[in-house]
Amino acid sequence: MARPIEEIKWQDLEMGAAVSERGSAREYKTGSWRSLQPVVDQDQCIRCGVCWLFCPDAAIKRSEDGSFEADLEYCKGCGICARECPVGCISVVIEEV
Amino acid sequence: MAKERKGIEVSLAVAEAVGQADCDLISAYPITPQTHIVEHLSEMVANAHLDAEFVPVESEHSAMSVCCGAAAVGARTFTSTSSQGLALMAEIFFITSAMRLPVVMALANRSLSAPLSIWNDHTDTMMVRDGGWIHVFVENGQEAYDHVFWAFRVAEDPAVRLPVALNIDGFIMTHMIEPVDFEDDELIKRYVPEYRMEKRLDPDNPVSMGCFAMPEIYSETQMVRENALVESYATCIKAWDEWAALTGRQYHPVETYRADDAEYCIVTMGSLGETAMAAVDELREQGELVGVIKIRLWRPFPFDDLFKAVAGKDTLIVLDRAISFGGPGGPVALELRSALCNSPKAPVVVDYVAGLASRDVTVEDFKSIILGGKAKAAGGEIAGFTFYGLRG
Repeated sequence: MARPIEEIKWQDLEMGAAVSERGSAREYKTGSWRSLQPVVDQDQCIRCGVCWLFCPDAAIKRSEDGSFEADLEYCKGCGICARECPVGCISVVIEEV
Repeated sequence: MAKERKGIEVSLAVAEAVGQADCDLISAYPITPQTHIVEHLSEMVANAHLDAEFVPVESEHSAMSVCCGAAAVGARTFTSTSSQGLALMAEIFFITSAMRLPVVMALANRSLSAPLSIWNDHTDTMMVRDGGWIHVFVENGQEAYDHVFWAFRVAEDPAVRLPVALNIDGFIMTHMIEPVDFEDDELIKRYVPEYRMEKRLDPDNPVSMGCFAMPEIYSETQMVRENALVESYATCIKAWDEWAALTGRQYHPVETYRADDAEYCIVTMGSLGETAMAAVDELREQGELVGVIKIRLWRPFPFDDLFKAVAGKDTLIVLDRAISFGGPGGPVALELRSALCNSPKAPVVVDYVAGLASRDVTVEDFKSIILGGKAKAAGGEIAGFTFYGLRG
């Protein structure tokens, strides 16, 4: 597990700010950038995984039962999943703050 | 190659030095007045005199990108450009130093457009002054040859690992035929040994370079860059001392000529230093207590060396070869004013901009600038800059 970013001092950084630790992007919780949120209607979803394929981040999670939903810690609400869904089961709603 | 003095065009001497340093990869796009350097290198590679990859590319942006990739896997890497080429390269220029890739680049200094000019001044290099590279200026062919090795030696030092820009005045130096003392290959090998880069791109030890950074960490990455450049000063000095021990030719970050007992000095960077020395010789005969201060190391800026050189002087007259449009003077004068402003006995700095696009600055011009600057200092006219020789 990568260190929380707030704990890293400049002296701790690798040369050239290179990253040799794998998976450190998990510490970047970019979901807070979002103003829109994708909502999946699980009754209509055909479990095809097109949303998972098209997500430009890695913010669609696949559950053990084969269903898909947005990982809100990383989803920025771009809406590509909703646009690409072949059955139109993903709607994009304004997120209440 | 054996130790030998040759009469040679400075561009070719630079290319031969890159070959003697056993460079692994050269990538470049031709642009005047840098062209002869990479043309000669491409010949050396094509004729199997140098075992290196020569990657021709479609732009300088690509040239520096190729150099970054090669340097990232640990290759000894060289490129060269000028003016518009440097401008097109600028995006990758800043990334090279941020990623700590020890590329060496000969910058054959030339004016920036517009209007189109192929001639020499320092407007191109000043554009990337804040790009995080080590910048060194040389004054003649011998210095250009010597500093190719110095640049590789410093850039690849594990404590430094930064790119080095070797500033060579376009045409005034690149196209001159000068006597150059070549060193033998064995000596060069001792000075620039085979290079093994730690933390390179290596499938067995994966590493990501040039990652994305959030606001929470960007400042820290920039402090690392600042620290690396400041700390590289010690290696710059060490590498000059080692070169002196091997060849007898000693270099310093700030060099002076007849400055010890001088009351005031002319400050130059690059090839015009030699003309300034001739002018000072003539003025000394007229009783003027004047000397020359030449800045060789531009980044990291050698503050302490400057303070030592200017101690006891009442006036510095700067010959700037670029303008900071809308600002208070040329970049060298700004640097000196800023460096000295908190010193209690700081000399006043009078700034002249001259020699743009290779307009001649002769010995007579230097004498006029030096005496004019002295009069301006006496009259308190020390703000801004004077455009020397401007009509109208």
